[in-house]
Amino acid sequence: MAAGSSARDGSPGGRRTVLGRRERAELRDSVADVAFGPASGAMLEVRDLQIHFPTDDGLVKAVDGVSFALERGKTLGIVGESGSGKSVTSLGIMGLHHGTNAKIGGQIWLDGEELVGADPARVRALRGSKMAMIFQDPLSALHPYFSVGAQIIEAYLIHNKVSKREARTHAIEMLDRVGIPQAASRVDDHPHQFSGGMRQRAMIAMALVNDPELLIADEPTTALDVTVQAQILDLISDLQAEYGSAVIIITHDLGVVAELSDDILVMYAGKAAEYGSAEDIFGRAAHPYTWGLLDSMPRLDEERADRLKPIRGTPPSLINVPAGCAFHPRCAYAERTGGRSQTTVPMLHELEPGHLVACHLTADQRREIRGDEITVRP
Amino acid sequence: MITFIIRRLIATVFLLVLVSMITFAIFFLLPKLGGQTTYGLATEYVGRNPTRAAVLQVEQQLGLNQPVYLQYWHYLSAIVAGEHYSAGPQSVYCPPPCFGYSFKSQQPVWPQMTSDIPVTASLAIGAAVIWLCSGVTIGVISALKRGQIVDRLSMGIALAGVSLPIFFTGQIALALFSYKWAIFPSVQYVGITSNPLLWAKNLVLPWITLAFLYAALYARLTRAGMLETMGEDYIRTARAKGLPERNVIFKHALRAVLTPIVTIFGLDLGLLIGGAILTEITYSLHGLGWFTIQAIQNQDFPEIMGVVMLAAFFIVIANMVVDILYAVIDPRVRL
Repeated sequence: MAAGSSARDGSPGGRRTVLGRRERAELRDSVADVAFGPASGAMLEVRDLQIHFPTDDGLVKAVDGVSFALERGKTLGIVGESGSGKSVTSLGIMGLHHGTNAKIGGQIWLDGEELVGADPARVRALRGSKMAMIFQDPLSALHPYFSVGAQIIEAYLIHNKVSKREARTHAIEMLDRVGIPQAASRVDDHPHQFSGGMRQRAMIAMALVNDPELLIADEPTTALDVTVQAQILDLISDLQAEYGSAVIIITHDLGVVAELSDDILVMYAGKAAEYGSAEDIFGRAAHPYTWGLLDSMPRLDEERADRLKPIRGTPPSLINVPAGCAFHPRCAYAERTGGRSQTTVPMLHELEPGHLVACHLTADQRREIRGDEITVRP
Repeated sequence: MITFIIRRLIATVFLLVLVSMITFAIFFLLPKLGGQTTYGLATEYVGRNPTRAAVLQVEQQLGLNQPVYLQYWHYLSAIVAGEHYSAGPQSVYCPPPCFGYSFKSQQPVWPQMTSDIPVTASLAIGAAVIWLCSGVTIGVISALKRGQIVDRLSMGIALAGVSLPIFFTGQIALALFSYKWAIFPSVQYVGITSNPLLWAKNLVLPWITLAFLYAALYARLTRAGMLETMGEDYIRTARAKGLPERNVIFKHALRAVLTPIVTIFGLDLGLLIGGAILTEITYSLHGLGWFTIQAIQNQDFPEIMGVVMLAAFFIVIANMVVDILYAVIDPRVRL
């Protein structure tokens, strides 16, 4: 908790106090309205990010006003179902929507540099060097016709003026560091000659080859065997400790972020549903959607008394987002808000320092619903 | 890799023998099965209104009354060792590789074909270079400018290229560039060794005519492949590395697109070297295609068989080259 809140305390203007005051004054206030000073402190600060895609069927608001901050050496987990906007957010940070018809608003500050309005060439120069990304399925994310080594060497040569020989030596070093056995001889292998876990290790080596300060891992373990998943997550956290990078882990699996994350952002239909430290989310979750995610997660530390409870319904279409709270058609407690869930978009407000939620339920109602169950969570 | 090539070579030899069997069966077994007598077959080789004695003599000399497998053996051994043919009173030696002796043109088949190969090869290879370069370039540009004027225009022209037959575009090209404006007044084959400049100049029109059709096909192929590849995960990875967009396109995307194109290119080229019939006829180029048509019109069996064998040879060889090349350019093909 201390780590999580200090990250936000470092953000200029003091999000906590500003939001807290506003909340008392007017519940419906928006985070977007809050004026922040210039970026400082946090390695990455995303403010009111909006990524919209005009389509023939209407405007798809894939990301609609998301804000978060991340310090060096810390890990943020972004959690949500398919279509919640988590991958679109990460691609937006990397500037990979450039050249598509995406309309991007808000601000992204990376180490004091604003990226949304920046020259695409500048963002490209930062891409791969200051911020790097690893993708879900390493088999399709690695080029099938080039050797693993060639792809890592290429990534190094883009941002470093060194000879090919030096780059090759460095690539072998990186493969060795991510745990590829006999890296010097495997460097010329092609991706299909690697196993799934080794491919993801190679992918990580490629992402870290330029020692990035921000590493975004988009569902890094989804395509892998369960046994390999833990190894890859361990590797990411080991390398984070070694390189001191800030890490964003995007996943639909709360179990993945439980181990690694300092902070967790729960996204629903392009918006933040809940945002707080890992302790906040796992111990004092306040949003019915987060409860749903927690209840649908298998737990090995408790006796299997109940069946897993899936969240009923399906994620909404991003073209026709339900009025009011986007989650209300699936929410078991929407009736308790006296119709406000159906009509009014809940604003993200602070429950306790550093723990923000976008829900109309009052603290008393939450206590009534979850009771002591909330407090037994680690 | 070496064992793969050797295996492939052996398979190619077997395939060629098989092709020769099938070809031979078509010309010598099928008529028999259809009820044609060896006497009737022999009349095909004699002049008009022959005497019965002449036909019987030809039947004897050509061995048409022998069993088919024996005839086939003679055909094969002639290719390897040469053969003596008795044409009229004197005997003619047909040196190896002897693909038979044409009694209509009074010459062995092989030298006639070999003199035609350079014409067709010049036509096919020159056109291939043009269509590969232009087709791929247009395809890439179209894919990158998808939906824009450039894309619509080039795909419209490509549709015309695929749809218009060569005897139409060829005539138009001749009418405009050869007669009306006289930029390329004569389309006559000149050997590349005797005058390279004239060789190229005289072939420009046939090249462009033939290349137009194939360039259109290749532009569409490249465009489709490019659009598909640009959506691949590894393209996103390349961008995520911070690679400049031109490298993403010309190194990562094109590398994947060109692999299937190279395959089709090899097969198309192999097919064309066996005779680009329409283009050769349109421009009166005496290549293998022209030779084929002449042989068919004259019902000259040895010539038809020879050219079928030669065309099959080119296609089989092209297939083999493509297979080996594919193993080289696609690392996932394990040998």
